[in-house]
Amino acid sequence: MATISSTSSATELSEGRWIRDDRTAGIFKVNREAFTSQEVLDLERERIFDRAWLYIGHASELKAPNDYLTRNIGGRELIFNRNRKGEYQAFLNTCPHRGAIVAREKCGNAISFKCFYHGWSFNNNGKFATRNPAGTYPDDFGKDGTVDLARVPQIDSYRDFFFISYDPLAPKLRDFLAGAKDILDLVADHSPNGMEIVGGVQEYSIRANWKLLVENSYDGYHAMETHETYFDYLVQSAALDMGSGDKPLVSRGYDLGNGHAVVEGRAPWGRPVARHIPAWGEEGKAAVAELRRELVDRLGPERAERIYDGDRNLGVFPNLVINDIMAITVRTFYPIAPDLMHVSSWALAPVGETPEARKRRLDSFLEFLGPGGFATPDDVEALESAQRGYAAAKFAPWNDISRGMLKDDPLGDDEAQMRAFWREWNRRMEGRR
Amino acid sequence: MNGMSKTQVSSAVAASALTRAECEDFLYHEATLLDEWRLDEWFDLFAKGAIYEVPTAGADDDVSSSEALFYVADDYARLRYRIDRLKSPAAHSEWPRSDTSRIIGNVQLLGACEGGEKVRCTFATFRSKNGITDLFVGHCLYVLRKEEASIRIASKRVMLDLNSLRPQGRVSILL
Repeated sequence: MATISSTSSATELSEGRWIRDDRTAGIFKVNREAFTSQEVLDLERERIFDRAWLYIGHASELKAPNDYLTRNIGGRELIFNRNRKGEYQAFLNTCPHRGAIVAREKCGNAISFKCFYHGWSFNNNGKFATRNPAGTYPDDFGKDGTVDLARVPQIDSYRDFFFISYDPLAPKLRDFLAGAKDILDLVADHSPNGMEIVGGVQEYSIRANWKLLVENSYDGYHAMETHETYFDYLVQSAALDMGSGDKPLVSRGYDLGNGHAVVEGRAPWGRPVARHIPAWGEEGKAAVAELRRELVDRLGPERAERIYDGDRNLGVFPNLVINDIMAITVRTFYPIAPDLMHVSSWALAPVGETPEARKRRLDSFLEFLGPGGFATPDDVEALESAQRGYAAAKFAPWNDISRGMLKDDPLGDDEAQMRAFWREWNRRMEGRR
Repeated sequence: MNGMSKTQVSSAVAASALTRAECEDFLYHEATLLDEWRLDEWFDLFAKGAIYEVPTAGADDDVSSSEALFYVADDYARLRYRIDRLKSPAAHSEWPRSDTSRIIGNVQLLGACEGGEKVRCTFATFRSKNGITDLFVGHCLYVLRKEEASIRIASKRVMLDLNSLRPQGRVSILL
């Protein structure tokens, strides 16, 4: 390991191996080696993914006691389940005997798990529950817990968003989330009945470094350029809303602390909750008006308006994106290699939404988001293109993330949100927790 | 079917005595149009009001786009726009255009339905872009019907028989 920066990112000038952060001059640079190096990825695994809180799933995915699902989080296969009492738990999905994957289905309902290799079994609290003839093992075998399914050191939730941490010393989830809690509140408050993941998941890959998707997910600067054809579609399908005098299209970037950031403002599309566009017709107009009424009654006019008329792209450090835009997407992604990531993307929606509203939401989602949308594939192309460009890093070593750095109130198409991420990334990569 | 009067339906059903050979010829022709990027001609294969869908990888055949997340759930108007978009250099994901080649097989006629004839086939589609070749495999569920002398697609559902869209990453080509 070569030396890395020992200067603090809180000082006026920080010149590290990967980050140049000059607050006086308003210049912020990221070295492209951060996107290409195996050594960087190894360090990220140790200092970021093994220490931060990582999103594992939404409460609505485990509706009943004893429900479980299996998911790869930070490179490890996990079981995320509820026991008989309904408590949420997370286990490493590997047999304590010889390592085979114990739960091999995507989801189900189970009071116990049995490994198919040698038949070791466990109750759904992870306790070893295998019967063997007397004398096979010592009498006190397993009393020390070493043949139970290993628990993930920490699991906690905020507003039905569940997170795990592999670090038993990680600070409490609420403290870790810092200002991101306020944004999660806004998303969770869309409905009086709670929120739920809609059936299905989009699992895809991008041949690019994972941090490129962090940047892209709240990058207001690229939208009009990269997604020209999406906006053309909105025009053609009577789905564009360019705002008006008292509600101009403007958004701002906010540093939420601990590497979390959000871009929030008003974007030019319809919102299922709740901003009408002509494409939704009279029925849609009435439904949206009713949703607004409910929000105002429940939350008061000011907070209601922030929800129904505000768009927000949230990045929770390191790798959870919740974009509350023309639909709500919950997206997480992990590096497989420096130049390859696996993405999982869900749609989040109010519980009890009418079928018509649900259909509008899903249409709205697919028009922009996901592997077949009119926008996401072009993002994928851009990210993969950047990754190919980084092969020239030896002679073209720096990315520029300076946009709006000298402004007091950076706009959504500035890059303050990315700087918030990179400063936290750098802090952790330097070994601080 | 959407927008069809009863007489249209009955005449469609009466005229729907498609043979497997006819269907095979039609599907091979469709594959050629897609591989040659003759997208307007491909769109002309669709009946008015037709739909084109790609559910998420591994979904069930009867999954509904009103209840589940898809990759693509196009009505006729959105499909028209999808094609117009793909013809533009601003559709960055497909510019420069990828090279594709698709193999259609296992064509089966599954019987008449309200909008025409249910037809199933399997496919393997190779897509090459930026020096990387990806493979999409799965089966297609069509409703085909004869309108005058021509076969038209009333609906096309592309079922990807994959665990996930990894490493393919996107369905920016038409499948």
